[in-house]
Formats: sequence, C-alpha cells, structure tokens
Amino acid sequence: MGQYTAIQTEGHINQAIADVLGKLLDKGVVSAVLVPCQQPHRKAVMQTLVRDPEALAHIDPFAPVVPTNSARLVATLTHHNDAPVAAVVRSCEVRAFLELVKLHQGCADNLLIIGIDCYGRYENKDYFALAAHQEDLTTRFLMSMASGAGGSDGVVLGAPLANACRMCEYPVAEPVDIRLCAIGTDVTQQVWFEWVSEKGLRAMETLALPSQEQGPQARESAIAKLRKERMAHRDAELAAFRSKTDTMTGLADVVAACINCYNCRVACPACYCKECVFVTDTFRHDGEQVMRWAFHRGHLKMPTDTVFFHVTRMLHMSTLCVGCGQCSSACPNDIPVMELFRSVAERTQARFAYVPGSLLTRKTAAGGVSR
Amino acid sequence: MSEKQFEPNIVAFLCNWCTFTAADLAGTSRLIYPSNVKIIRMMCSGMVDPKYVLKSFLEGADGVFIGGCWPGDCHYINGNMKARRRVALMHEVLERFGIERDRLWLRWVAASEGNAFADTVTAMTGRLKELGPCRVSREAVA
Ligand code: SF4
Ligand code: SF4
Ligand code: FES
Repeated sequence: MGQYTAIQTEGHINQAIADVLGKLLDKGVVSAVLVPCQQPHRKAVMQTLVRDPEALAHIDPFAPVVPTNSARLVATLTHHNDAPVAAVVRSCEVRAFLELVKLHQGCADNLLIIGIDCYGRYENKDYFALAAHQEDLTTRFLMSMASGAGGSDGVVLGAPLANACRMCEYPVAEPVDIRLCAIGTDVTQQVWFEWVSEKGLRAMETLALPSQEQGPQARESAIAKLRKERMAHRDAELAAFRSKTDTMTGLADVVAACINCYNCRVACPACYCKECVFVTDTFRHDGEQVMRWAFHRGHLKMPTDTVFFHVTRMLHMSTLCVGCGQCSSACPNDIPVMELFRSVAERTQARFAYVPGSLLTRKTAAGGVSR
Repeated sequence: MSEKQFEPNIVAFLCNWCTFTAADLAGTSRLIYPSNVKIIRMMCSGMVDPKYVLKSFLEGADGVFIGGCWPGDCHYINGNMKARRRVALMHEVLERFGIERDRLWLRWVAASEGNAFADTVTAMTGRLKELGPCRVSREAVA
C-alpha cells in the first residue's frame, strides 16, 4: 500500500513542491529533475531539466498547459544515461513513455516517475492569453476545477479545456513511483505526495518525511466524479464522430483540409518510427506518376496520399494511442485528429486486449516483448 | 436482367513458397477458377505491408487475398504469424470506415494444395459478388 505525506502550501503550491524536489536533489536520490518550469518569456511553461536546486524556484508543474507530450523527452533523457533522474509528468505522458520503453526507446530503470494529478490542459494559445492577465493562474485553475468548473461545457476561467482532456479517463497518473495529488485537496492549504512504488517508498524514507496511510479525504469521490463526467463526454464525442466517419468518404471529408504537414505525427508521442515512410522517397512521386494518376482518375487532389497517410498511421500506432490530443493541438487546420485516432484506437486496442501504458511486464500489441 | 454482372477485382499477395506454388499447381492441373484474381508474388506473407493492402483498396480493389504457409511451415520462422496479426489489425481499422472484413482474406494454402487455392478464389469471388463493389470512392483515394 502507498503512503501519503501532506505538505503545507500556505498559498504557494510551487514553493511547497520545490522544497520536496530540492530534498530529492540534496539527498542524492536523483541527480536531476525534469519538471515543468516557467520560462522567462511569454509565460511559457516548458519541461526543464533541473540540476541546481536554486532553479526549482521556477517550477510550475500544475500549470494547465502541456506544450508537448513529454514522453519523448523522458525517453531521450533515459536513453544511455545511468544517472538517476526524476521526471514530473502527467498521466498521458507516463503512459506514452512506458510504450516507448517497451519499444526500447527509453528506460525506466533509473527513473523516478512523479505523476501529477491532471484536471486537463488548455490549448497553448488559450493558456498564453489567460496567463498574460492572471496572477498565479495555476492555483486559480486548480481551485476552480476543484469547485466543479468545466464539468458541463469544458470552459474554465473563460477558456475551453482541450477536448482530449475532457475525454480522458485517467485524471490520475498510473503507473508511477510517486504521485503529486491535487485532486480532493485544497491546494491553498496542502498538496499531498503519495509514495506508490518500492522506489517511491525508498525515496520517502531517505527524505525522512512523516507519512500516513490515509490520503486526502475527499480524493476518491472527487476522482470518481471527474472520471464519470469525462467518460460520458468521451462516449458522446466518439459516438457522434463515428457516425459521420463510418465510410471512407466520411473519412476523406474529415481530413479534406489536411495539407500533409505531418505535424500530427511529429507531435504524437506514440509515433515511434525513427523515420516516417511518408517522408521517404517512396512518397516523393515523380511528375509522370502524378500525371498518370490524374489521367486515370480524371482529377487528383494535391498533396496526394492524405487518407493513405492517416490510415497507415492508424495501422502503425493506434494500439498505442494514449489519447493525449497533441495531434489535434498541432494541426494547423483544426482537423479532429485525436477524435479520429481514438475512435480507431478503441477498436484496435480492444482487439488485442491491450491498454497502452500498462505495466512493463506486458507485451506490446505489436508483439515486441518488454524486459 | 440486362445489367452486366459485377465482376470483383481481387488483388492476391501470395507467398512464393506455398500459395503461389499452389496457384501454379492449380494451373498445371488444369483446375478452373475465376479470373478475377490478380496475383502478386511475395517472398513471404509476412512481407505484405499493410500499405500494400490499403493501396489496393484505395486504387479500386474489391477484395484482397493474402496467402501464406500453414503455421509452423513459414520459411522465415513466423512471417505468417505476423501476417495474421496485421490482418486482425487491418480488419479493425478498415471495418471502422466501412470496408467489410470479408473483403480481406488471409488463408493458409500449402504448395501441394492446388485444389484449395482454386476453391478459395472461387469462394472469395462469390462472396465479393454478394457484397458488391467496394464503396471506396475516388475522392477517398487522395
Ligand atoms: S494519436 Fe494523437 S491522441 Fe493518440 S497518442 Fe498520438 S498525439 Fe496523442
Ligand atoms: S497536422 Fe493536420 S494538416 Fe498536418 S498532416 Fe496532421 S491532420 Fe494533416
Ligand atoms: S514463407 Fe510462406 S508465409 Fe512465410
């Protein structure tokens, strides 16, 4: 069973968390921490690899923005690196990272995974607009979510949450070593650390923090409520989306404005190929070939191969899709890529009885064996 | 009925070591089977990239037939098992967009089974006639 430690925030949640992360560095539990930090410009919050405890003054892990799914960053950090590091990440990031580990693109051996509770994120531009005008947006956001904002229409503090987050059934990160709990607690008073795995419990002992078996009282019910709302929204969204895309023509309609920029697959943490076949010579067609297609069909939309690209990507990675929505966020033409991929993923994952992000002892859907 | 009967287009990706040889045997044995099938020889059913299947449908195939060696007989250890997994995946994805499962067949046909090859092609052609033309529109091609 996990152990819990309540940390008093006195209104300064980031500082309270920074104190604990600082101890992880001081006591040598890890040699660096990857954690979202406020950047000097534009109030951007980006993952930052912190070595010097002083730099922890800028952390903002609960900022409601995820500029990129960190799975690939953590994979890079843990590839050919024996130094112990901690990574502060959300549920969708943990799950995608574990898929990369199974594909031997990252390693969890020397990693302390600190999963944070996730009420959802804004799209980047909405976050910037809000952060420009609000002092301590993070605390205000957490407070307003705790009081039930966004439940019906997804609008929080005047801006919409990313649809992916409104459909996400995992507000709590799993599987992790340590959990940073904000759901079910008043963050102006306390945040809670949950020491989950063996590694997490060892860290707790090294830090000599007081602990108890009980977490925040309201937590279970708050999580259950959030999950219920999100799953209802997910089912409604996917049902509506399925019905308009149950033919290839429907699919072609949905991706009609796609310009084959491939931003979606660059943003996707589950797109694991080192080189995508769609940027190789196989798809760099000669003019003569393009002319033949136009001749054969009477007309040819360009760029070509758009449906081909999307369906191929589904065949490659839909079993690993964690529903993070980074694909939709990256699309310049507002194509509902996440809805499209989740609507396929629900079928392919069910077919192989596969849950992406499940523990490392499971096989990957593609048949690769992990450890 | 004056309407011309629908003749399905079947693209077949056949393993060189088994189903392709079986097709050859069907021919030399003078077995009769529908001419709807267009055969592409592969070195193993495990070499059939899902893109080949997808491209076939996008370019107007009504059905795709993948023929491989019986489990345990694959010349490359387990290519046929990979094909089987990929076909399961393709069934899920294609059916999501209205391409019926029965348009994509995976069958094990050994080199000596010329009869089985002819029977499979006959059965598949019949089934595709029931299903009618694949509705992948020209618009979806791009
Ligand atoms: S397809 Fe989209 S939602 Fe799924 S893992 Fe990739 S980026 Fe996230
Ligand atoms: S990001 Fe959007 S426009 Fe670019 S390839 Fe993906 S779906 Fe198409
Ligand atoms: S060699 Fe025939 S299926 Fe692999």
